[in-house]
Amino acid sequence: MHELAITQHMLDIALEQARLAQAKRVSKINLVIGEMSSIVDDCVQFYFDFLSQDTIASGAILAFRRIPTQLRCRNCASIFTPGDSDWACPACHQWNVEIIAGREFYIDSIEVE
Amino acid sequence: MEIKVVQNILSANDQIAAMNRQLLDSHKVFALNLMSSPGSGKTSLILQTIRRLKDRIRIGVIEGDIASHLDADKVNKEGVAAVQINTGGSCHLDANMLSHALENLPLTDIDLLLIENVGNLVCPAEFNLGEHKKVMILSLPEGDDKPYKYPLMFAEADVVLINKVDLSPLLEFNIEVFCQAVRGINHDVTIFPISCKTGDGIDDWVSWLLAEMVH
Repeated sequence: MHELAITQHMLDIALEQARLAQAKRVSKINLVIGEMSSIVDDCVQFYFDFLSQDTIASGAILAFRRIPTQLRCRNCASIFTPGDSDWACPACHQWNVEIIAGREFYIDSIEVE
Repeated sequence: MEIKVVQNILSANDQIAAMNRQLLDSHKVFALNLMSSPGSGKTSLILQTIRRLKDRIRIGVIEGDIASHLDADKVNKEGVAAVQINTGGSCHLDANMLSHALENLPLTDIDLLLIENVGNLVCPAEFNLGEHKKVMILSLPEGDDKPYKYPLMFAEADVVLINKVDLSPLLEFNIEVFCQAVRGINHDVTIFPISCKTGDGIDDWVSWLLAEMVH
């Protein structure tokens, strides 16, 4: 059910931006979503098709740009993309990181007519 | 025509969370968001905390569940005000749900607000409520590999409580390995091993809580 609430927020933002631009139709919504976000693309699309009925965003394409998780090692400052369940630094093998990318979760732009 | 937006999808939630925080601060209420899997001991921790502290501070509780009033009833039996939020299927609490629950609590009569989130290690990590600290509970039967599987939750937590340590002789949970994994993705986290059943470690938890409330 997570995606339902999120999709509603997303639709609200897109419709508000379209209203400000006095657009007649929203044709595309460009989303940027980090890999750490627990969002299933198909699920968002499903809810979007339902929620956007009778709005000017009905039929809009959702484009998902996924940002890979990136970590910075607190020991040697290397920046790396972790393996599936291995967050150890490939350079110094320490497990002591901060997350620097992968938590993105925003609307980058919308395309309107 | 393309319109640049660059707006966080959860910005509406974050705005309401900021208002919740203001409301809590104006009433000098310290609020904790308790998160864990179902069955790892959120309600037991609340009951233990109430029993230790109810003569010293005024406590309020918000219980988030998909359905039922079982948890709020348990808290009420301890003589503490509890509001139950039924999310009606939603897998997490959000700031808007909390703002409605806050309307139903006597905030001027509360020093510590314990918010029990819906049992889930995924979605609650993504929704700020306006709380002062995020506390997550992981119980021994869940396994010591969970930080690898749910990194966001462990990265978000200010405190991790390892519950059911009384089961340690029966299980292959390696507390040292677990703590190392948690600290590896959350440098500043505070960790307490506890047992809500035997009371082990609860003193340390309560001491931390009282110290944070003074700040």
